[in-house]
Amino acid sequence: MSLDALIPSAIDGLMLGFVYGLAAMGLTLIFGVMKVINLSHGPIIALGMFVVLLLSQSLGINPYIGLIAALVIGLAFGVVIYFIAVDRVINAPELTTLLATFSVNLMIIGVGTAVFTTSPRAIDIDLGALRGGGITLRGTQVVAAVVAILAAAALYGFLFRTRLGKSIRAVANNRAAAELMGIDSRRMLALSFGIGTALAMTSGALLSTLFSFTILSGTTYEIKSFVIVVLGGLGNPTGALVGGIVLGVLEGVTTVFIPVSWVPVLEYVIFVLILLVRPSGLLGSRA
Amino acid sequence: MRRVRAPFLPALLVLLALIAVLPIVTNNASLREELFLMFMLITLASSINIIMGYTGYVSFGHIVFFGIGGYIAFWLMFTFNAHFLLAAVAGALPAAAIAALIGIPILRLRGAYFALATIGINEAMKAFVTNFEPFGGAVGMFFNFSIYGAYGGARDAAQLAYYTMVVVALATIATSYFVRRSKFGLALMAIREDQDVAMVVGIDPARAKVYAYVISSFFPALAGATFFFKNGIIEPSHAFDLLRSIESLVMVVLGGIGTVAGPIVGAAVYEWLRGFLITNPTFANFQLFLAGLLLLVVVLFVTAGLVGYLRNRFPPLRSYIQ
Repeated sequence: MSLDALIPSAIDGLMLGFVYGLAAMGLTLIFGVMKVINLSHGPIIALGMFVVLLLSQSLGINPYIGLIAALVIGLAFGVVIYFIAVDRVINAPELTTLLATFSVNLMIIGVGTAVFTTSPRAIDIDLGALRGGGITLRGTQVVAAVVAILAAAALYGFLFRTRLGKSIRAVANNRAAAELMGIDSRRMLALSFGIGTALAMTSGALLSTLFSFTILSGTTYEIKSFVIVVLGGLGNPTGALVGGIVLGVLEGVTTVFIPVSWVPVLEYVIFVLILLVRPSGLLGSRA
Repeated sequence: MRRVRAPFLPALLVLLALIAVLPIVTNNASLREELFLMFMLITLASSINIIMGYTGYVSFGHIVFFGIGGYIAFWLMFTFNAHFLLAAVAGALPAAAIAALIGIPILRLRGAYFALATIGINEAMKAFVTNFEPFGGAVGMFFNFSIYGAYGGARDAAQLAYYTMVVVALATIATSYFVRRSKFGLALMAIREDQDVAMVVGIDPARAKVYAYVISSFFPALAGATFFFKNGIIEPSHAFDLLRSIESLVMVVLGGIGTVAGPIVGAAVYEWLRGFLITNPTFANFQLFLAGLLLLVVVLFVTAGLVGYLRNRFPPLRSYIQ
C-alpha cells in the first residue's frame, strides 16, 4: 500500500462526506426538533434521485435544476408526511413514531417499486475532471460537494438569522415555552419535518449524479445517516456535517488499508461504540 | 368473591396444536408450508414482545439472533454433519450468550438510542458474516441434498423442521405467558412504566433487563436454526434482514403490544393479509403500500392493537384473554 493512494482516497471521501453530511443533517434536524427518528429517511433520499431522473429523462431538464425541484418537492412532501403520519403521535413514546415513519417508508417503497421497478438507473452527466498533483476529481463530485456546503450554509443562515429559523430553534429547545411566546409550535414542527425531508431529497439528487441507483438505494444512505448522526450527536446539525466528513474520509482512507467489504464492519462497530461511550456524539459534551 | 382464572394458556396451546396437526392429517403440503412460516413469525413476534412489550425496549435489530442461531447451527450441520436438533440448541445457546454480553452495555441506553444501537449491531453482524470465510462469506452456505438422508430424505426433514418450529413457537408462547404472570414479569413492567421508580421499590433494572433480553434472544435463534435447516441455503442478507425484524415489530403492535395473545394474532393476521395481497392480481404490486397504510392506521388509531382493543372495549374478556 502506498501513501500516494492515501491522499486521493481521502479527498474522494471528503467530497462524498459533504453529501452524506447533508442527508444526515435532515435526519438530525427532525430528531433535534421533535425527538422523532425518521425511518422514511432512506426512501425519501431515493425519491430525490428519481425526481432528478424523471425531470432529466422526460423533460430534458439539467440535473442541477432538477435538484432545486427536489428541494421544493421535498419541503412540501415533508410537511404532508408530518400532518398525515407524525402530528397525531408527536407526544407518544418513541416506538409509535418509529413505526409511524416506518409505515411511510413502506408506502413509498411500495409505490416506488410498482412504478419504477427495482432495476438500476443512472443519470447521464459528465462535467469533465479537475487534475493536478496526481489527483483527479470528477466535476460532478466537486459540484456535489459545493452544493452540499452551500445548502448547509443556507440552513445555518435560516436557523440563526431569520425569525422563522429562530422560532424552530425555540420549539426544539422547549416547546411549551415557545408556545407561551406566541409561536405556533405545530407549524414549526411541520416546517422542520419539511426542511429535514428537503435536505434528504437534495442529497439524494446530488448522489444521483455520482452513482447509479434503484428505488431501494436509499436504505444504504439511511443507515449511513444513522452512523453520521450518532457520530455528530443526535439533534446537532453541525455535528452531522462534521460526522459526514469523518465518515466520508474514513470510508475513503480505510479502503487503502483493508478490503472494501470490511469497511461497513468498521463503520457499524464504531457506531455502536460511540452510542455506548459517548451518546452525545464526538462534538457533544460528555454524557 | 371467588376468583375464577380462565385456563387461558392451556386453551391457547391446545388450539394452536390442533391447527398445527391440520396439514398432517389432511396431508396438505402447501398448508404446512404456510403454517411453518406462521409459527416462525409467532416465535419472532412473541419473543420480541418480551423485551419490547413487557420491558419497553424497542429492539429494532432483533433479527440478529435469528441470524446468529441460523448461521451457527447451519455451520455445525454443514461442516461436522451434526444432527439438526443438536445443532439448533448449539446455535441458540451462543446466541443467548451474545445477547447477555451485548445486553449489559446497550440496555443502559434508553429510548431511541437503544433502538439505534440494535440496528447497528444487526448491521455490524451482517457485514461481519459477509466477510467471514468459514461461514461462506457473501455467498453463504448451502447443503448438499444428501445431508437430508440422515433424516430419511428431504420430505421427512421438512416434516421434522415443521414439528420443531411448532414446538419452538409453543414454548415461546408458554414462556411469554409465565414471564407475564410472574414476579419477574411485574418487575419488567415496572421498568417499562418508570425505571427510576422500579429501582426505588427494590428492583435491579440492569439485571432484569438483561434476563429479559436473553430470554427474548433464545427462541428466535432456535427459529433461525430451524428455518435455515429446512431452507438448505443461508446467506447474510437473508439471515440478518432488518425488514423482517421490523415486520415482527409490526405484528406485535398490530396484535396488541404487551399481551400474550397479541403477537400471535398479529402474526397470523399480518401473514394472512400478505398472502392475500400477494396472490391478488390487483394488489400484488401495491402489497407494501397497503401494509404501510394498515400499519399507519393501527399506529394512529388503534394504539392498543387488536387484542388490546378488544380487552379495552369488552372488559369481561380481560380474564379470558391475556
